[in-house]
Amino acid sequence: MTATSHPLAGTSRRTYPPVAAIATVALGLVVIGGIVMASYVPRQAPLALPGALLAVAGALMLICVLLLIQLQDFSFDRFFQVFGWALLAYSISAGMIEFAFVRDHTRGTSLLIVTMMLVIFATSVPTTIAFTTARYATPPSERDGQGKEPT
Amino acid sequence: MAQDIELGAPPAGMPTYEERQAIQIVPLRGLPIVAVVIAFVIMAIATNWLWALAFCHVVGGGLWTALDLFVGLVIGPILGRLPPSARAQFTMRFMPKMVLIMPTVVVMTLAAGFQLALRLGNLSSSSPNHIWLICSFCVVGVMAVIALGVLEPANIAVLFEMKKPTPDPTIIEMLMKRFIYTAGITGAMQVLTLIIMTRVSTQ
Repeated sequence: MTATSHPLAGTSRRTYPPVAAIATVALGLVVIGGIVMASYVPRQAPLALPGALLAVAGALMLICVLLLIQLQDFSFDRFFQVFGWALLAYSISAGMIEFAFVRDHTRGTSLLIVTMMLVIFATSVPTTIAFTTARYATPPSERDGQGKEPT
Repeated sequence: MAQDIELGAPPAGMPTYEERQAIQIVPLRGLPIVAVVIAFVIMAIATNWLWALAFCHVVGGGLWTALDLFVGLVIGPILGRLPPSARAQFTMRFMPKMVLIMPTVVVMTLAAGFQLALRLGNLSSSSPNHIWLICSFCVVGVMAVIALGVLEPANIAVLFEMKKPTPDPTIIEMLMKRFIYTAGITGAMQVLTLIIMTRVSTQ
């Protein structure tokens, strides 16, 4: 077994930008923001810190998109396959949390911040899952003549 | 080409290509059960029904804690000592179930728990349980980031790797280690949750 004869040789050794790590940090920031807001319930939470954490998390997610756009020889078909299904699953989770906050009379700017945090939650987790899966998938340059990702 | 054909043939005891292709990354038969559980949690929150909220929180939390401790501290070390073929056979059958079970019990526990705390007044700053609940949020926050950012992606990636015509054992090994170690960390953190929750319920 030589490295060149193996159809997946090098897949695990290929280096990619830290998209999964950045998305996980974004998730961590919205989790902290969520804890800050939840710790004030049923009172109105001061919104400066959660707002700042949300802004940084949003910027990190934007960086993830920019890094993904620049990737070459990356299994985007696998990325979008996993991302789509994970987005559906985590949108349901986020929807449930949103429902609980609306049910508990969260309104105005607080609700807007919670909603945006949930958007980050529902996109960062699928990004991490999809990127982790796609980075180990066979990249287009190593596929057979049909160019399809073997499943 | 002869080398490639040799690579495709699994060693004795390893799952065959056909067996691996039969893996369902998300077991479809389990989805109706998940739908029923989620619907029940939504109903509990919508109606603010105390028993249903307590049921969802206690049952979900119990399962979550027990699974984390069992996987991290019992299954993990056993799995580490098994031969690669047995590990592959176990992983192939175990991981798809975890894809459905873990997110469901986590959502069930957290959504119902938050509503329950609100209903019982434990979130109020005047409540003696307030500080304990904030501690609980912090512990759960750390566990959530580890589970969603490390554990769950590793779980899914292992299953995709196993479905390949020629899976890379080094990738599977690395991702499985990540899964087991993070399950162990969250398992240890669950002990903190147990301490906090028993404090909350007895104050």
